[in-house]
Amino acid sequence: MEAFFFLLLAVVSIFSGLMVILQKSPVASVLFLVLTLVCVAALFVMLSAPFIAAIQVIIYAGAIMVLFLFVLMLLNLQRFTEGAWSRFQITGVVVAAVLAVVTALLLRAVPLPADSGFLRETPGLGSVEAVGLSLFTEYLLPFEIASFLLLAGIIGAVILSRRRP
Amino acid sequence: MIISLNHYLVLAALLFSIGVAGVLTRRNAIIIFASIELMMNAVNLAFVAFARHWGDVGGQIFVFFIIAVAAAEVAVGLAIIVVLFRHRETVNIDKVNLLKW
Repeated sequence: MEAFFFLLLAVVSIFSGLMVILQKSPVASVLFLVLTLVCVAALFVMLSAPFIAAIQVIIYAGAIMVLFLFVLMLLNLQRFTEGAWSRFQITGVVVAAVLAVVTALLLRAVPLPADSGFLRETPGLGSVEAVGLSLFTEYLLPFEIASFLLLAGIIGAVILSRRRP
Repeated sequence: MIISLNHYLVLAALLFSIGVAGVLTRRNAIIIFASIELMMNAVNLAFVAFARHWGDVGGQIFVFFIIAVAAAEVAVGLAIIVVLFRHRETVNIDKVNLLKW
């Protein structure tokens, strides 16, 4: 059962990932990216990380992708033809293919500890309680720094997109 | 068939490679941005898979921070694209090569 759902989600996420980079229209591309993100969120649930999955759907697939679509609608882009493939782009495809093959082969070749199933079963691993407890004790300083980073991001975005007189 | 860490890592590697291919081949700045998000998600998947494998919540905390940083990055990056479009009337990165050697 778990294997079936994993394979289903893997196939759908790889298909929609390919569609992200193959679609001509940026809007379709971003919508396929949302599908990929939702698939990855479902995989997070299977990996006993329900809190991260919820965050992924709300913040990533919700807020960030809405920002993407908003900018796309705002700019009203004319579709430009990407033209003939340059040597650089062909090299890019080759590099990506080599990267995929080499990493996949390496991962299949190297036996990780406990090759069948996962190493440890930790009850309540990704619960809100466990994540929150860790976040507000062990990782409190990074958490505060992240809030400063978000503030800097907001200010930066406002200053950048302000129309100068 | 038992699903183990390796399966998730191979899936993450494939998604990451798709993102790399997108960044290197597409010329539309917004699609390049979407490909970067795809790569980031592949890394998140690997992090959560390792967290599950070792039974340590630290990997999930990292994903939390990556999502926060991605939010800031997208806000600033899209603002840059908007400004770029306002100045150049294009988001084709081949037309934007002022700083390229």
